[in-house]
Amino acid sequence: MTALLLVAVALALGALAWVLVYVGIRGFSVISPSFLTHNPPGNPAAPGGGFFNGIAGSLIVVGIATGIAVPLGVGAAIYVVEYGRGRLRGAIRFFNDVLIGIPTIVTGAFVYAVWVTRFGFSGFAGSIALAVVMLPLVARTTEEMLRLVPTELREGSLALGATRSQTVLRICLPTALPGIITGGMLAVARAMGETAPLLLTVLGNDLFTQLNPLHRMETLSLQIFSNAVTGYEQAQARGWAGALTLIAIVLILTAVARFFGRRVQVENV
Amino acid sequence: MSPASAGGIAAIERHPLPIALRGERRRLGDSVFGAAVALTGGVVLLVLAAMVVFLVLQGLPAMRHYGFFSSITSQRWAPSEASATLSTPNPYGIVQFIYGTVLTSLIGMVIAVPLAVGAALVITDVAPRRLRRPLSSLVDLLAAVPSVVYGFWGLFALIPAIRPVVDFITSTLGTVPVIGVPFGGPFFGVSYFTAGLVLAIMILPIIAAVCREVFRSTPRNEKEAAVALGATRWEMIRIAVLPRARSGIVGASLIGLGRAVGETIAVTMVIGNAVLHINPSIFDQGATMSSVIANEFTEATEPFHLESLFVVGFWLLIVALVVNMLARVVVRRGVSL
Repeated sequence: MTALLLVAVALALGALAWVLVYVGIRGFSVISPSFLTHNPPGNPAAPGGGFFNGIAGSLIVVGIATGIAVPLGVGAAIYVVEYGRGRLRGAIRFFNDVLIGIPTIVTGAFVYAVWVTRFGFSGFAGSIALAVVMLPLVARTTEEMLRLVPTELREGSLALGATRSQTVLRICLPTALPGIITGGMLAVARAMGETAPLLLTVLGNDLFTQLNPLHRMETLSLQIFSNAVTGYEQAQARGWAGALTLIAIVLILTAVARFFGRRVQVENV
Repeated sequence: MSPASAGGIAAIERHPLPIALRGERRRLGDSVFGAAVALTGGVVLLVLAAMVVFLVLQGLPAMRHYGFFSSITSQRWAPSEASATLSTPNPYGIVQFIYGTVLTSLIGMVIAVPLAVGAALVITDVAPRRLRRPLSSLVDLLAAVPSVVYGFWGLFALIPAIRPVVDFITSTLGTVPVIGVPFGGPFFGVSYFTAGLVLAIMILPIIAAVCREVFRSTPRNEKEAAVALGATRWEMIRIAVLPRARSGIVGASLIGLGRAVGETIAVTMVIGNAVLHINPSIFDQGATMSSVIANEFTEATEPFHLESLFVVGFWLLIVALVVNMLARVVVRRGVSL
């Protein structure tokens, strides 16, 4: 029976290896330094060009989303762990977990209804959608990290005459910081790869570089999607290079986050 | 979670210490900070509530025009007929999308749940201690790969690989009358089955991660007792680990189901987006609730088309809410027991 269990692991790791190796082979045959610094050619059937506009757009859209989601998520976690009581605290914890599971396409439709119907498609609308995706993830990891801060530290701080906010800001948050950074980076990695909500908010803009988030933009994920389904071989080739770029970004973020995460666990156990 | 670490300052206040913090010590900044974090906590509830309200508001014109439940009793999605027959019957039936969502999620679950439970057991109880951490990181990596990459890979790598197997099934089992109908051909590559297979890979790491935590909470002495009584490793797992993990596994599966139900881009790329009606074979093309939104949203120009996509979004949100709330209740009960 244990042999069967090993087969399960082998299948899971086999799938992982298959995806990574396949994307690696298709991507490395196309990718080059100029791929990262050029936009796609006007004619999608033409070879060459790159995803500069999408990569820059992703960084901007995800950057703004991070700026919105991290303060809100950390604040929510502080409330749940340090201040909240009773039903409201329980409700926020429970529905934060539920929010993690909400389909991101629904998040996109929601932001379309709230924002795009009034102000039009824009990079910023995409940032709002991604912030809604990231917020519960940040809140959850921050909550777990704050719980690991020993109660004695809080008692000591309060006994020395510090106020609650001083205790939270100068004792609890710095102690939990490595873990909070880990959670933030994992949320950023998740947001970099999100495509569905951006389809309904950012819309995409394959042709030229648009760095102003108040306009329609391109993101890396949208660009991979649109190039993958075109049917032009050269566009698909660029799509593979884009997929490789995206996987590289996500894996680097995940690896660095795990490095921080490991230190957290070593310090706390 | 130990009771000592849970609760933070709130817990201290509930059990006053000799030198407790009293009102005179509280400064203005302190209460402002408290109010601010309470507000950010409220954002979570506000966002969820606003989602329900705004999706209903956007879908309401279509629901009013065609009848509130008419979309979920019909399986004909024909936006081009909307202007010709503005009244009834509803040209925006969504039963085929619900069917697509249920079928692809089911295929994904049937494949992913046993594999995820197996993988989690290897990580917690079977693999040599030194390999456990790397193994669990690698399985977690499956969850880090973006959806759009899975879709792209599914389209170009997975479909050619499964084609010989599926062609064999459709030409043998698929030709049997009645019981062969769900396995009939022809197979175009994009299909319910392909989408289900991609979903299986995507939800496996999520289910495995929750199962891992559940299995880890098995008391050590029960495992040791089983081994001391002469149990093999598998018998130890069967006697000590699995029985108390049952509700945890159910909860983990529900979390995976919630993810499968909402997964969009990868499914959109490999399901074929056939919106007209339910196709009886799992190897035929179809559409899910999420894929039809992603596929038609920015091109919805017919009367009530966009509104009807919001109706689909509303029902998808309801399904996701129910599945996720159930999952969290079950998981919490499973882990604390």
